[in-house]
Amino acid sequence: MRLLRHLIRTPEGAIGLVILTALLAAGLLAPVISPGDPLRIAGRALLSPFADPSLPLGTDRLGRDVLAGLLYGARTSLAVGIAAALSAMLLGLFVGMAAGFAGGAIDEALMRVVDAFQIVPGFLLALAFVSIIGVSTPVVVFAIALGTWADPARLTRAQVLSIRERDYVAAARVIGMHPAGIAFKEILPNALPPVLALSATIVAGAILTEAALSFLGLGNPNLATWGSMIAEGRSVLRSAAYLSVLPGLALAITVLGVHLFSEGLTRALGHEGGSR
Amino acid sequence: MSPPFCSVRNLSVRYGLEAALKSVDLDIVRGERLAIIGESGSGKSTLARTLAGLLAERARIEGEITWPALGQAPLPGRDFGFVFQDPGTSLNPVLTIGEQVAEVARRHLRLDWPQAYVHAVELLDRVRIPQPASAMRAFPHQLSGGQRQRVAIAAAIAAKPALLIADEATSALDVVVQAEIVRLLDGLVREEGMTLLFITHDIALASGFVDRLAVFRKGELVEAGPVRSVLSSPAESYTAALIASHRDLSTKPLITEVVS
Amino acid sequence: MNGPLTVDALSKAYSSSGRRVAALDNVSLTITAGETLGLVGASGSGKSTLSRVLLRLLEPDAGSIRFEGEDWLALRGVDLRRRRAHMQMVFQDPLGAFNPLASVASVLDDPLRIHDIADRKQRPAEIAALLVRVGLPTALASRPVRTLSGGQRQRIAIARAIATRPALLVLDEAVSALDVTVRGRILELLVELQRERGLAYLFISHDLAVVRAISHRIAVMDAGRIVEEGPAADVVTAPRSDAARRLIAAVPRLVTEPA
Repeated sequence: MRLLRHLIRTPEGAIGLVILTALLAAGLLAPVISPGDPLRIAGRALLSPFADPSLPLGTDRLGRDVLAGLLYGARTSLAVGIAAALSAMLLGLFVGMAAGFAGGAIDEALMRVVDAFQIVPGFLLALAFVSIIGVSTPVVVFAIALGTWADPARLTRAQVLSIRERDYVAAARVIGMHPAGIAFKEILPNALPPVLALSATIVAGAILTEAALSFLGLGNPNLATWGSMIAEGRSVLRSAAYLSVLPGLALAITVLGVHLFSEGLTRALGHEGGSR
Repeated sequence: MSPPFCSVRNLSVRYGLEAALKSVDLDIVRGERLAIIGESGSGKSTLARTLAGLLAERARIEGEITWPALGQAPLPGRDFGFVFQDPGTSLNPVLTIGEQVAEVARRHLRLDWPQAYVHAVELLDRVRIPQPASAMRAFPHQLSGGQRQRVAIAAAIAAKPALLIADEATSALDVVVQAEIVRLLDGLVREEGMTLLFITHDIALASGFVDRLAVFRKGELVEAGPVRSVLSSPAESYTAALIASHRDLSTKPLITEVVS
Repeated sequence: MNGPLTVDALSKAYSSSGRRVAALDNVSLTITAGETLGLVGASGSGKSTLSRVLLRLLEPDAGSIRFEGEDWLALRGVDLRRRRAHMQMVFQDPLGAFNPLASVASVLDDPLRIHDIADRKQRPAEIAALLVRVGLPTALASRPVRTLSGGQRQRIAIARAIATRPALLVLDEAVSALDVTVRGRILELLVELQRERGLAYLFISHDLAVVRAISHRIAVMDAGRIVEEGPAADVVTAPRSDAARRLIAAVPRLVTEPA
């Protein structure tokens, strides 16, 4: 696609794409590179990195393979991050479009709901939700989505309000297009670009929130996650810093990759929509 | 023969592979009113912006522009004023019109704010804004399109520049307001002895008040000369075509039959 | 009056900074089949508001509209959408009038699809026929509309408007944004289409010269009211209203005699 080409031309987009592809590959190839349960005991405890070729990044306090933890952690981070972001986006798009089209009292009511969700810090909301309901993965995904859907909703609504006034929307009404047709064919595709640009930031935020939740012990205990790895490495931070630093680094690189990709995407979309 | 106010030699402007202007040679005489006539894609706005130093960064310029009267490149605001096509976006929506006009005077005439404000009121009066003193506190969105353009003109001439460039300054206005703005520009330029560069697609509008016409097509200067001679005996077929496609009330209508 | 359109005592007011501004004040007019009524006025005279009310993009405060013998304002929902096929519009801005993502084919497909003018298999042929009729090469069908020139886009707009075989076309400053050399050809196209199909036009503009060129009758608007109306030649040569006189005086004239 033209968009992809524009994306790759920007340095941010190119680097971001590389990082994300590497992560995706790591997650997908985890069972190939490190077969078996990542949470099983793989060797003796607190083995340093590069000491044993079969355990290239060493082991943690219980003797679990750090490399396996990182690879499977990539799966969790990306899966939860993307699922949460997708849910947030869909919910935000739906509410934003409904508010933008309905106007009047419905718009007001929906915007007050959006206000309420924007006022509460997203992380605390997710924290409260998981604490109350439980720590399964779908609950974590939903909790994160709850904390982040308000921004896309507001942005979508603003886009809809602006596009509704354009001549081509009036033209669609004049030729007799059904309101639903106008909403989905004329308005939504043109409203998407800025909201899509936002989506990458939401993914980054979702990944961090998931890591924070599992750091606090509120993630799914049966999954290997970077957050729980960082938490467990705290007690041996002086002697075996690598246990916390490596997953921390993975997290930082992931978030950086997402932000760079988002930056590149925004630029590429700018080329697309453009002045003409 | 005094040197021209501005001399353009072999000017070419390119955006990537696209040539917006090709080898243009043009003189602007001091004190004259010169109209640049062209349709879309003719390069007329590019010429105006090149003279004003307003081109996008990626534009490639070749050739030379000299300013014998000034001795150096003109300073925006002080040596020339620029009036844009859309008064809705050329004025800052969050500043009062008084502030916007006064700012030009303050900066280039080195007045302090109180003096600049007094000067601004006078200017608003000259461009025939009703009740100029209270209009100073108005915001652009409170004025009509024609009034906004008058304000833009006031700001452009605030520092008494030698050159005024009007880039399609009337194209976004209706025909009645267009005529008023043209009369205003004509009067102001005469009073101040300014040189006027009037860019437009409307050859009839321009020829009603300018001294010379320069016709552009697809980036090239087609023909230039005194208004009357260009109109009565155009040297180029394109100029003749432009003249022929002008419609006024005496042009034979396309409808001949009467429907009962 | 027996004509496609009869407007009676149409009024619409806005509240602006606490004052009520009459955008339309008791406006009445008729258009008969196959004729062009030119509507002229300065900006703010209410012409655009009238076009929007006619196209049901705005609802009036008072008055009635009879279109093809029906109470046009009473139509709603599915009925209104269906009847819209008979009244279409060409907008001023040839760029803004199209979905930025649309191709020529999809723009012309919409009205054909919505009003069942042709079934799916026949639509490409119908689209090609429309393109030919407005003087464009059929190869343009696959191009995005935003890559075309202003004149080409306006031809597409006309093709879209006539696709549903309307009885009345409202043209709101339809040639104002076009180059002078292109305007004449678009006006000629409109006149040809009118002769061929018996279309009625409401041709709105602030430029009296353009209106004169294709109108049978002219109505002059000022401050929301129709202040003058009559055969085009009469309004232009013997105006009776100040508004008409101002518009006439403002038309630039080209003096081609040598000095």
